[in-house]
Amino acid sequence: MHLGPYAAFIVAAYAAAFAVVTALIGWVVVDHRAQTRTLHDLEGRGIARRRSSRQEAL
Amino acid sequence: MSALAALLVRDIRLAVRLGGGAPIGVLFFLIVVTLVPFALGPDLGLLRRIGPAILWLGALLASLLALDRLFAADYEDGSLDLILMSSVPLELAVAAKAVAHWLTTGLPLVIASPVLGLFLDLDPWPMGAVALTLLIGTPALTFIGTVGAALAVTLRRGSLIVAVLILPLTIPVLIFGVAAANTAIVGPVPFGPPFTILCGLTLISFVIGPVAAAAALRHGLE
Amino acid sequence: MGFADLANPSRFLSLAERALPWLVVATAAVFAIGLYQALLVAPDDYQQGATVKIMFIHVPNAWLAMLCWTVMSIAALGTLVWRHPLADVAAKAAAPLGTAFTFLCLVTGSLWGRPMWGAYWVWDGRLTSVLVLFLMYLAVLALWRTIEDPSRAARAVAILTLVGAINLPIIKFSVDWWATLHQPASVFRMGAPTIHPAILVPLLIMGVAFMLLFVTLHLAAMRNEILRRRVRTLLLMQAQAGA
Repeated sequence: MHLGPYAAFIVAAYAAAFAVVTALIGWVVVDHRAQTRTLHDLEGRGIARRRSSRQEAL
Repeated sequence: MSALAALLVRDIRLAVRLGGGAPIGVLFFLIVVTLVPFALGPDLGLLRRIGPAILWLGALLASLLALDRLFAADYEDGSLDLILMSSVPLELAVAAKAVAHWLTTGLPLVIASPVLGLFLDLDPWPMGAVALTLLIGTPALTFIGTVGAALAVTLRRGSLIVAVLILPLTIPVLIFGVAAANTAIVGPVPFGPPFTILCGLTLISFVIGPVAAAAALRHGLE
Repeated sequence: MGFADLANPSRFLSLAERALPWLVVATAAVFAIGLYQALLVAPDDYQQGATVKIMFIHVPNAWLAMLCWTVMSIAALGTLVWRHPLADVAAKAAAPLGTAFTFLCLVTGSLWGRPMWGAYWVWDGRLTSVLVLFLMYLAVLALWRTIEDPSRAARAVAILTLVGAINLPIIKFSVDWWATLHQPASVFRMGAPTIHPAILVPLLIMGVAFMLLFVTLHLAAMRNEILRRRVRTLLLMQAQAGA
């Protein structure tokens, strides 16, 4: 793979892409863990939503 | 007197009586124009060449200043609820308030611009071109600004976020306003095309501004 | 299972849970193929040399920047016109993604421009339009954070998104006009290089890869946002019960 005289720029671009994509994936994964953990905590403390068939509130 | 005319007159009276609108706006405009030579140096040739741009930027920023008060005062004392509940279409009420706001904030900037042009050693024709483009362009800035003001109406200290929301949307007005004014200096490009586009942008803002602002007020105050 | 069922958050959650693993696999696979094509197979452009490889990241992210605002606009209509409950969630989940992709487009565009034109930023018309779009994404993020009530925030952001969508063609036209006014020699046209098939194929594959990435991340972020709202509901219930 010959990247020519401007190899640093090409590498930097792909590195930036990798960093941003990894950060996004990381954010989604960490957020998911945090929310499920909090939900388990709250449900463990006996606070649960009433599962009414009438209206699913968000 | 129709309800809209009454609203217009009331807003003008309030703005004139309470101050804080026109005089402060013009003062801010003056300060910005004064700051630029401090930053760039007093080279008159340079200032003359970028004069229209400086005046346009100063007018744009000064227009932004008073925007967050457009609806906030009425929101705080409850008159906004009355306006929403009245039989007057909200879009027209917003337009009336915007016209009043421009007359008391934007128009003074337009009138001040030739005087400030003297500080930048502008010749009469460029001075006139700047004033004319500001006359057509500042209403667009006000009407686009009503959208930001309406979105931020429930927020305290909303002035910065209004600026953040509005400034990208004002870029086309800035581009064509300065371009039209610059034709008086730079020459070969004719005044017509950018000026016509500027007029078009202002007309579009007369529609989009009140419609979006009214929607924002309705949804924001539910 | 119709579209209306999709509006039910629990059904949506279970659908998302089932779809996500497949999407992750598909995204990874297409990226693998795309990167192989882009880095090892694609030839150098006769004008730009190997730096054309940066385009394989830059252009798909430009597409994503526009696609994301389109998704946000459709969600905005859902919020304002139909009061679709998942529209708010879709809009909020998309905003950070769009901002990130636009940012990446700017960074790679800048890195592409430096070897070509000697400066990291040359106020080229196309790249400047993307910069303004980036400012608009940041404005949307700011508005999401500033208004506390989620449904009121959703409606305010929806209006801003639609006003922005209407303005985007105007802004693009204005910035292009401005760029040609100030650079008449058109030396700075950061145009796409001569697209011939050997370069087009990797570009399209990377385009598909990034789009799959967006869909996957968006679905996952929507799932997180639904969970976050459930937490908020539970906390409010707890506070009201005087726990």
